[in-house]
Amino acid sequence: MPDVQPPLLSVRDLRVEYATAEDPVVAVDGVGFSVGKGEFVGVVGESGCGKSTMLFAVAQLLSPPAAITGGSVEFHGRNLVTMTEKQLNVLRWRDFSVVMQSAMNALNPVASIATQFADAMAAHGAFTKAQIAERSVEVLRLVGIDPIHLKSYPHQLSGGMRQRAMIAMALLFTPDLVIMDEPTSALDVVAQRALMIQIRQLQARLGFAVVFVTHDMSLVSHFSDQLLVMYAGQVVESGPTRTVFDDPHHPYSRGLLDAFPSIRGPRVPLTGIPGSPPDLARPPAGCRFQPRCPVALPECGSTRPALYRVGPARSRCLLDAVQAEENSP
Amino acid sequence: MTELLRTRGLSRHFKVGGTFSGKRLHAVDDVDLTIDAREIVALVGESGSGKSTIARLLARVYKPTTGEIIYQGRSLETLRHRKDLLAYRGDVPMVFQDPFSSLNPAYRVKHGILRGLILHRPDLDAAGRQAEAVRVVEAVGLHPAQEILERYPYQLSGGQRQRIGFAQALAYRPKLIIADEPVSMLDVSIRIGLLNVMAALREQEGVSILYITHDIASARYLSDRIAVMYGGHIVETGPTEAVLGDPKHPYTRLLLSAVPDPRAPLDQEAIVDRGDPPRVVDPGPGCRFRGRCPLAIERCGIETPAPRELAPAHAAACDVAE
Repeated sequence: MPDVQPPLLSVRDLRVEYATAEDPVVAVDGVGFSVGKGEFVGVVGESGCGKSTMLFAVAQLLSPPAAITGGSVEFHGRNLVTMTEKQLNVLRWRDFSVVMQSAMNALNPVASIATQFADAMAAHGAFTKAQIAERSVEVLRLVGIDPIHLKSYPHQLSGGMRQRAMIAMALLFTPDLVIMDEPTSALDVVAQRALMIQIRQLQARLGFAVVFVTHDMSLVSHFSDQLLVMYAGQVVESGPTRTVFDDPHHPYSRGLLDAFPSIRGPRVPLTGIPGSPPDLARPPAGCRFQPRCPVALPECGSTRPALYRVGPARSRCLLDAVQAEENSP
Repeated sequence: MTELLRTRGLSRHFKVGGTFSGKRLHAVDDVDLTIDAREIVALVGESGSGKSTIARLLARVYKPTTGEIIYQGRSLETLRHRKDLLAYRGDVPMVFQDPFSSLNPAYRVKHGILRGLILHRPDLDAAGRQAEAVRVVEAVGLHPAQEILERYPYQLSGGQRQRIGFAQALAYRPKLIIADEPVSMLDVSIRIGLLNVMAALREQEGVSILYITHDIASARYLSDRIAVMYGGHIVETGPTEAVLGDPKHPYTRLLLSAVPDPRAPLDQEAIVDRGDPPRVVDPGPGCRFRGRCPLAIERCGIETPAPRELAPAHAAACDVAE
């Protein structure tokens, strides 16, 4: 891609370990990706594959026993990993914000929306009451909530409205990057779709980039530009979203895609992915997906696959290694 | 097909607000639902539409405010004796949504299954119960059964726990399993496995299943017939393929247009939702979907539409739909 501008966010070889009584558990192992200005990057995978840990690491929100033990997270060309808390606090919420999983419970139940917005603004700059009130009304309007609800408490809002209020809060300073951790998982499909469309519209209007984590692959299919498929702490496939959906290379991506029934076309029996993700304290020796893989070769049990280039995408599968060699001059 | 269970005008209202507010929340209103023997019926709707209340009414956790449930030709109102109720509960067990809180963490897996057997299958002796426990665990696809029975819930994954939920229900030799969102807490990749288990239970054990879900795609995968709920009413029922292929009620159309389908291109024209959740506290007459409905006419605010049969066995509670 002829991209002259440096990416907004560039994650390289990120490694996160959880300290345990025995050997440390590597929850995120050599993850790398970049997010351009205004881009929408989807991260999908099963629970326990390290998606949320990876997000927390990117946002520098990890707390012990988890710690970043390698790699870098460059945001606007500055490495967040080596920054002090003081330096980070200048960037947080102003330049990048986080919408937590189950935003329903992330709001303070005993404070009104206005109070929570005011808290967030006061923590990141000096503003007059009038400025805070004005900005709060603005962001609520942005996400389509009547500003009358500034006086409401979270329990007076519906689930969808609470999620949108969280997103409004993340947009208080119009950051360049909004990190979202399964923000729609508690909503039904109608509300889910409305929220996704709204995120997309806001993005087009305000130009922020989104990193969107979900376990429901179908959700991001129409909304993300780039897709990362994670398995057992590693990226197993990455590429332009449409490419990954139309022509998935890694057997795990194919399994995920075949795991949910469609509402159109013929009814076909599906199998899902047998087994469960490996225990990260004792990952399999070779390919981490090999014990569950329907097309595993004998050498998959001993050889660790790298991320091989397949067209515009990359896949961490030995079967693609052969193809990659044939394609390279 | 023979009818197994039918509800007639089933309603359940709850008091809300203070003691003297007099407000009533209409969780379920006027529901007529039939389930045949060996049939899988999906009950689909958004959260708050009354799906779980129906499940609890059928499981006799709640008593209906009005209306009745007729099981095998007999109204549940007439079940007075403990023995009759016990038999009904054995025939119609429930599987819960959350596999992490529905199994007692202090007991081994076999505890729950054997207790159910002692209660509902007095004909079996200890060896018979053990053999039956092994059989039901194998029937839900868990191997080796002997070993699984000795485990504690924390030693099982979410998918395995939910299978244990079905094994417990199966031990009673049920006629109808009420499955309330059994897969919604599970990862997408293992949901299919459990849906396949449910399909196999119908084939091999001959049970009917009321599959309650908000995921219309999985309802299509599993069910013969579908009932769509909105604001406490059933707004559309019919054979699954007929309802999804040719949805009549505007709410069913909205629901279908919102399902993400990665295999299809994004439908830019898709109906965009405009509006609020239905009013279910003292709703008054009229269609509860009218505030969000693109087809609403004046009459929708005056009269509650009754289900009309618009195609064979396919009915919608809408006065405008054709």
